[in-house]
Amino acid sequence: MTKIGLEIHCQLTKLESKLFCSCKANYREFEPNHNICPVCMGLPGSLPRLNQKAVESATSIAMALNCTTPEKIAFFRKNYFYPDLPKNFQITQLNVYGDMSVGGEGYVDVEGKKIKIRRIQLEEDPGRLIYEGASERTKITLVDYNRAGTPLVEIVTDPDFENPRQVRVFLNILSDLLENLGVAEPGLEGAMRADGNVSIEGGNKVEIKNIGSFHDLEKALHFELTRQQSLSERDIEIAMETRHWDDRRKITISSRSKEEDQDYRYFLENDIPWVKINQETRNVLKEKMPESIGSKRERYVEKYDIAPQVADILSSDKYYSKLFENAHDESNAKDIANLITTDLLGFIDTKEKQQNSKITSQHLSDLVDAMNSKAITRNSAKVALQEIIKSGKNTKDVLQEMDLGQVSDSSEIDMIISQIFEEEKQAVIDAKERPETVNFLVGKVMQKTKGKADPVKTLELIKSKLDQ
Amino acid sequence: MNLNTSILQYIEDVKSGTFTTEEFVTETLQRIKDVDEKVHAYLSLNDSAINDAKLIDKKIASGEKVGQCYGFPISIKDNICITGTKTTCASKILENFVAPYTATVVNRLQDEDAVITGKTNLDEFAMGLTTEFSAFGATKNPWNLDYVPGGSSGGSAASVAANECLASLGSDTGGSVRNPASFCSVVGLKPTYGLISRYGLISYANSIEQIGPMTKTVKDSAFLLNVIAGQDANDDTTIDNKNSNYLENIENGIEGKKIGIIKEMTTSDGLSSEVSNSTKEAIHDFESLGASCDEVSLPTIPYTVAAYYTITSTEAGSNLARYDNIRYGYEMESEGYEYNSYISKSRTKFGPEVTRRIILGGFVPSAGHAGKYFLKALKVKSKLISEINSSFKKFDYLIAPTAPVQPFKSGEKIDDPVTLMLLDYNTVTANLTGKPAISIPYRVSNGLPIGMQIMANTLEEKSLFQAAYALETKTKLPEVPL
Repeated sequence: MTKIGLEIHCQLTKLESKLFCSCKANYREFEPNHNICPVCMGLPGSLPRLNQKAVESATSIAMALNCTTPEKIAFFRKNYFYPDLPKNFQITQLNVYGDMSVGGEGYVDVEGKKIKIRRIQLEEDPGRLIYEGASERTKITLVDYNRAGTPLVEIVTDPDFENPRQVRVFLNILSDLLENLGVAEPGLEGAMRADGNVSIEGGNKVEIKNIGSFHDLEKALHFELTRQQSLSERDIEIAMETRHWDDRRKITISSRSKEEDQDYRYFLENDIPWVKINQETRNVLKEKMPESIGSKRERYVEKYDIAPQVADILSSDKYYSKLFENAHDESNAKDIANLITTDLLGFIDTKEKQQNSKITSQHLSDLVDAMNSKAITRNSAKVALQEIIKSGKNTKDVLQEMDLGQVSDSSEIDMIISQIFEEEKQAVIDAKERPETVNFLVGKVMQKTKGKADPVKTLELIKSKLDQ
Repeated sequence: MNLNTSILQYIEDVKSGTFTTEEFVTETLQRIKDVDEKVHAYLSLNDSAINDAKLIDKKIASGEKVGQCYGFPISIKDNICITGTKTTCASKILENFVAPYTATVVNRLQDEDAVITGKTNLDEFAMGLTTEFSAFGATKNPWNLDYVPGGSSGGSAASVAANECLASLGSDTGGSVRNPASFCSVVGLKPTYGLISRYGLISYANSIEQIGPMTKTVKDSAFLLNVIAGQDANDDTTIDNKNSNYLENIENGIEGKKIGIIKEMTTSDGLSSEVSNSTKEAIHDFESLGASCDEVSLPTIPYTVAAYYTITSTEAGSNLARYDNIRYGYEMESEGYEYNSYISKSRTKFGPEVTRRIILGGFVPSAGHAGKYFLKALKVKSKLISEINSSFKKFDYLIAPTAPVQPFKSGEKIDDPVTLMLLDYNTVTANLTGKPAISIPYRVSNGLPIGMQIMANTLEEKSLFQAAYALETKTKLPEVPL
């Protein structure tokens, strides 16, 4: 049986500062090596000061993933030499002497299957290495320490995935969950990374590292499974090893065995006293935690009779669910949900567009009110949406300026219908013979009125004119 | 002007106008010029010391608020950072390291108008007991220049003993304040772990070390602790001491107090007869002060030196890993090397003792060996803590000589690391248990000092000073012959 496990690293980008100093957790806006201080540079004599907010965020993640959370947690030093590590050790967590990391065993429901979480730990991100130089001879490595010390949560799963598709579904659920918690922005470049381990029936476990994105993770897992299967078919033993994902060639390459033998000489980080997380703190965190995606979805379906697939979209995206929650009341919930998922979603389909959009919940409820009172057509609402996203002007003004008011005056529509009947003689004959083709004429009226004609009234009038 | 004076006497003299801060500091700097070539207590001097003193005199003259130190001159061990000055740890690898920040303890001293004279010598990265492992030359004992001053804060102890300042700050990982205090006949305190901020102290074994004051008198030690102790936002391990005044009731005496004489430390094979005799006299003194003395056994003590070196080497290996000759050192050209192979070749700037401990620190906590060494050492530590805690249920103080022997000749033991390690036998217990301990000058025999150590329970520094002060009143010691 195929077994896949994951090790996910997620930066707590919503925090103000780094894990052990007051440099910014959001290092991305700085020139290289401009978001650093004696503490995150590990200068002699500096000491780490634990960011308590990071402990709270990590504990919230643990609770949201149904993990056990211990009464007190400790930090450890993982000792190894690498140029991106200012101290040549990383401050992280470990569960060797009992549960000491922010989260113990938990699970995530993935399409009815429980994916078990083994542990969650809080640690510091190292700096970033940038490789430059065209040829082997001119190759240089640059180090940027802006990222060093950024709070990072490591989530380790059991090897419970049976195929790469399940992994993708899980990662989508996890990203939505982390975003919904308000602790991370999984969409940010490098904010969420994952390593995988893969084994097939009768084979050894192979770890894959150095995977840049979730997209590449799925590719890497596919590649590795195929590689292992072809070895197995030829009766070649699958070696227990660590392989690196080659981003350029899209294959995995065996790492030198030396790295596997690395001995990290873990021991307690005594500069950071044990942190107590008592029941009271956990209760407060639980109270402050936003409603889970699952419970939101259930509420939308049961309370407002929203279709399950619409509820799925609304509940899993923080941006849309917030727009929805603030726009609807009991009576118009379904209409607002539909307006968001059928129209708005098409216009705002990236995080960037979400950030730039000027639309508010008020706009949505105004538009739905206008539609329901027949002041505008659904088509006009769609046109208005595009303008509102850009300008953020209030709905009334937009409808007026763009002349989007619905035409429901019978005589006005009648006049247009007469015109159409004149222009589309063949269609009129067709419609008389085959009533199902009448929609073509309705469409023509809509075209002529730029979608402003009341579609129900238009159909009525066309039908009566055909009967004449 | 008499430079052999206490901080408290100095402050009175400045207040009454007997001399100015500038006069005293100038005289101190002259003394350094006169004797430090022989003693070699200092690694660098503060060029602005006289200016600093003048500013304080100006404050005094104009009636402005003056900090409680009144410009008394103090030296700082060169593993404690001060902005813009070199902090070398007496190591080639930090030879040119200029700290961009000041240690909390130094900030507190400067806020209270102390004048820093300079940075003092130490065993490289505070690893050693003789100050002979300094990369910049050994410090000599002011009592006899052929002898070692103890270590690792040997420069600090010698600077106080030789009247090259009124006090000093050292650091104590396994006895590094108390041992040189004992060898140079000054008062040295290792406070409760967490009482003094370590921010700005370059770590050697961060789980057990503390900065400690080195002074001429017990009262001066209490005075300095008042200035530098207490919680610090830059050090998560510091404890709130509720602004304790350690001078308060210091003369209360120890009548009716119970003193435990640690059996393992007073009957060990390595104890010299001079030290043994002095200990007996000290017990007699304590009894004459109204305390009752009884022998107490802490059976784990014979294992403590081994545990201490296992734990400290593990932490040192990790704490010193950052000195990779890329960010610090720069002896050899890194270009053309693969990172890991460069690292293994590059760390040659460390001296023999540091190298020894880094190697040990790579071994004892490694997979396959941790169970036999590192984890066992942690067990010794926790067993020792429970033994000492139960002793403190019966006794107010535990006493023993600070060092099992008197100072020895320079070069005599430098090639015998194991014998040197055993010098820590009586001091490491306070570090491993986090308890406060003080060494006070007790005898000078054959021209060489002997110090007596008193330990108290966690955060009982006030009580510790009362006992130390009481014993101090019983001693009459000669002046340093330099």
